[in-house]
Amino acid sequence: MENFASLVPLVILIPFTGSLINLFLGRYLNERMIGTVASGAAGIAFVIAATMTFAMPRFGYEGVVVNPPILDSWLYIPSAALNIPWQLRVDTLSLTMMLVVTGVGTLIHIYAIGYMHGDSRFARFFVYLNLFLGFMLILVTGNNLLVTFVGWEGVGLCSFLLIGFWFDKKHGVGWKNSNAARKAFIVNRVGDFGFLMAIFLTFWTFGTLDYYKPGEHIPGPVHGETVTIEPGAVASSDTHGASTETVTDKGIFGKAEDLLAEGGHIVHFGPFSLSLEAVLTIITLFMILGVTGKSAQIPLFVWLPDAMAGPTPVSALIHAATMVTAGIYLITRNSVFFHAAPLSSAVVTLVGAVTALIAGFIAVGQWDIKRVLAYSTVSQLGFMVAAVGLGGYAAGMFHLVTHAFFKALLFLGSGSVIHAVEHGHHHAHAHGDHGDQGHEEETPFDPQDMRNMGGLARKMPITFWTYLIGTLALAGIIPLAGFWSKDEILGKAFNGGFNDGKIEGFIALGLLIVAAAFTAFYMWRQIRLVFLGKPRTAAAEHAPENGALMTFPLVVLAVLSVLGGLLNIPLGVNIPLVPNEILTLWLEHSVPYTKGLEFNFLLAVTATVIAVAAIFVADRLYSPEPLTKTGKDKLEATGLRAYFRLANAKLYWDETYFRLLENPYNRLSKWLANVVDWDWWHDRFHNNVIRDTFNRLAGFLANPVDRGAIDKAFLRLGDAVAAIGGRLRGLQTGYIRTYVFTMLVGALIVIFLILLPLLRQAVGR
Amino acid sequence: MQPPTVPVENFIILSAVLFIMGILGVLVRRNAIMIFMSVELMLNASNLALVAFARQWGDMGGQMTVFFVISIAAAEVAVGLALIVAIFKTKKTIDIDELNTLKG
Repeated sequence: MENFASLVPLVILIPFTGSLINLFLGRYLNERMIGTVASGAAGIAFVIAATMTFAMPRFGYEGVVVNPPILDSWLYIPSAALNIPWQLRVDTLSLTMMLVVTGVGTLIHIYAIGYMHGDSRFARFFVYLNLFLGFMLILVTGNNLLVTFVGWEGVGLCSFLLIGFWFDKKHGVGWKNSNAARKAFIVNRVGDFGFLMAIFLTFWTFGTLDYYKPGEHIPGPVHGETVTIEPGAVASSDTHGASTETVTDKGIFGKAEDLLAEGGHIVHFGPFSLSLEAVLTIITLFMILGVTGKSAQIPLFVWLPDAMAGPTPVSALIHAATMVTAGIYLITRNSVFFHAAPLSSAVVTLVGAVTALIAGFIAVGQWDIKRVLAYSTVSQLGFMVAAVGLGGYAAGMFHLVTHAFFKALLFLGSGSVIHAVEHGHHHAHAHGDHGDQGHEEETPFDPQDMRNMGGLARKMPITFWTYLIGTLALAGIIPLAGFWSKDEILGKAFNGGFNDGKIEGFIALGLLIVAAAFTAFYMWRQIRLVFLGKPRTAAAEHAPENGALMTFPLVVLAVLSVLGGLLNIPLGVNIPLVPNEILTLWLEHSVPYTKGLEFNFLLAVTATVIAVAAIFVADRLYSPEPLTKTGKDKLEATGLRAYFRLANAKLYWDETYFRLLENPYNRLSKWLANVVDWDWWHDRFHNNVIRDTFNRLAGFLANPVDRGAIDKAFLRLGDAVAAIGGRLRGLQTGYIRTYVFTMLVGALIVIFLILLPLLRQAVGR
Repeated sequence: MQPPTVPVENFIILSAVLFIMGILGVLVRRNAIMIFMSVELMLNASNLALVAFARQWGDMGGQMTVFFVISIAAAEVAVGLALIVAIFKTKKTIDIDELNTLKG
């Protein structure tokens, strides 16, 4: 495997290269070339990832740690006890993520060429998009928590840049967009705090951050047997001469397994100590905080719906298919920890299930086509989180993959709709009132509001049919991809409740089934509002189907949404030519404690019946026309008005945060700024204490000391010198004879002094 | 028959008289030429003393020194007269009492 795994740096490098090319040369290239560079980079990364995937079986599915050339010596942090190499891990889990990211990413890149056509910052968009891919690949391939964190932050940055991409739109929309970007960034900081704490605690506990050391086998029972490690096997699976590290030097998971098996380990934190199990629970709880930030779970999901301000390809790529699934990836990667911390797993389950239900409920009451999908994404992420919380790592990853297909499809479809409605609007506008041209309208037309649509099925057949496939896949209709993955999650919850007797299993099962019903309902409502009925505006009347660049990815994703379920057909269902549980068996090689699942016929039937019933109810409710005569939702005309209003107001979640957190925070910062900083620190402290003290000290030094003592002393000295000089100048008469006489006298004195000893002798004698 | 020898004291007295005359000339005369001549007188007074002692002790060093003094005096005369000419050209006088620019 090592030969093929050493390709992994290329997977990361190529998107970055594409990004750099467009960054520096983008202004000289036309749109076609920019798009080719960006999509080509994504496509090549996908081909490489696929190559490694196909190489995997030949090497026994063994995960490999790769030291990227050059980088490992550049980005190396040696310290006393800290040793963090820049290593990448290629195993079945990271390959799954790589395939999803680059595969769906490539399709969305192609789509974006059509969608972003004519944008003033076309090149910059693809710079960001490729940059995102690179960071996402760092996130999924990193072999230690810190490298993962680098990717985690990098994708957060790209998300920020892309949400606020249209920061200069008119009518205050640009402001809204950049506010949404800031919101996403700041809310994610809260989650990142959790991730960072988890990293610190992990390092403190295990002394390393590496998931696995080179040559280490995954811990825990794989296929129910204990893995014995032969020295030869270690050396052969070693990549870049790190063979000095023996197998006793294990990564965090190996160490955790060993210590837990020994039992009774205590971790010391200065003044207090905790058992290893408790520490693992704390680490995983902090990790969950990070997950709720990045994967948009309660309580930090509020940023994702606003993030729809970004261009639609961004919503599809970052905020549906890839970045937001980073949390699920993180939990799956750290499955050993979560397995050892049942409390955290329960919290994960409940967070996921509650999020799934609440987001599903809110989605029912939204008018914005992308907002519905955004809440749907939050809800589906809740499904995945609940699944991994119940130990269904394969189920969570399965849903992650299928969701990437159909949610990317739905977002791209909605982008296609928005694009078309915008065109239709311009078209209708140009043919309507010519006097309006040249100046902006009073009330801006919202091409994302579903009330402005209707009857688009006939105008945009490809978009409609692919959207319908995506909708049915999301609603979980057999035999589309969503059915299998959602059913596996429900099956996990069922098993967790009835077989393992976990209370959170029962709760999750109940919440998720209701959430699934909501899913089917709001998706069918959307189909009715957008595609069926009659066009409600001139814009919808004139909406054209989009070009092949935009419809081709839709078709590919629709095919994937239909066939995606074949990835993981549960045991007990026989489909010719397709083996069962491909994904579960694949992931077992890198995720310990992954178990397959028997097909639960009763549960599948129940879930399908509920989904179909929800679609039926929605269809009856929203036909023939989805709106009442006054332009309100049909639900508002029924007895459920209050619930609709609640969903429409997003449960007042943002307002609650404003009331509880933001307003007190603003008040506190205002108080700190005005009272503490300005009044007290500036006016009082600076003026009274520092300035006045300084002035007084300076005054003392200037007047008594400098002018009084020092100046006076030197003036006196000067006066004295002048007085003496005045006296002495009288000696200089200017007459030569005076000087000659002085010389004579001097000479006489000298002669006298010379003769003095002789005189003395004469006198003495 | 040996010529009568003049005792050295006579020479010394003559030398001293000449020297004092020179000093007085330098001190009292105002004409620069006269002061100059007085200086020459002092030089030759010392020359006389040197040769007298040379003869007394039979040491040719004294006589040699005199040659040096005479030659240097010649140089000094050249420089001194040039100075006096220069002074006269600027001041139109060689009265040294007029040359009191250095008066403090």
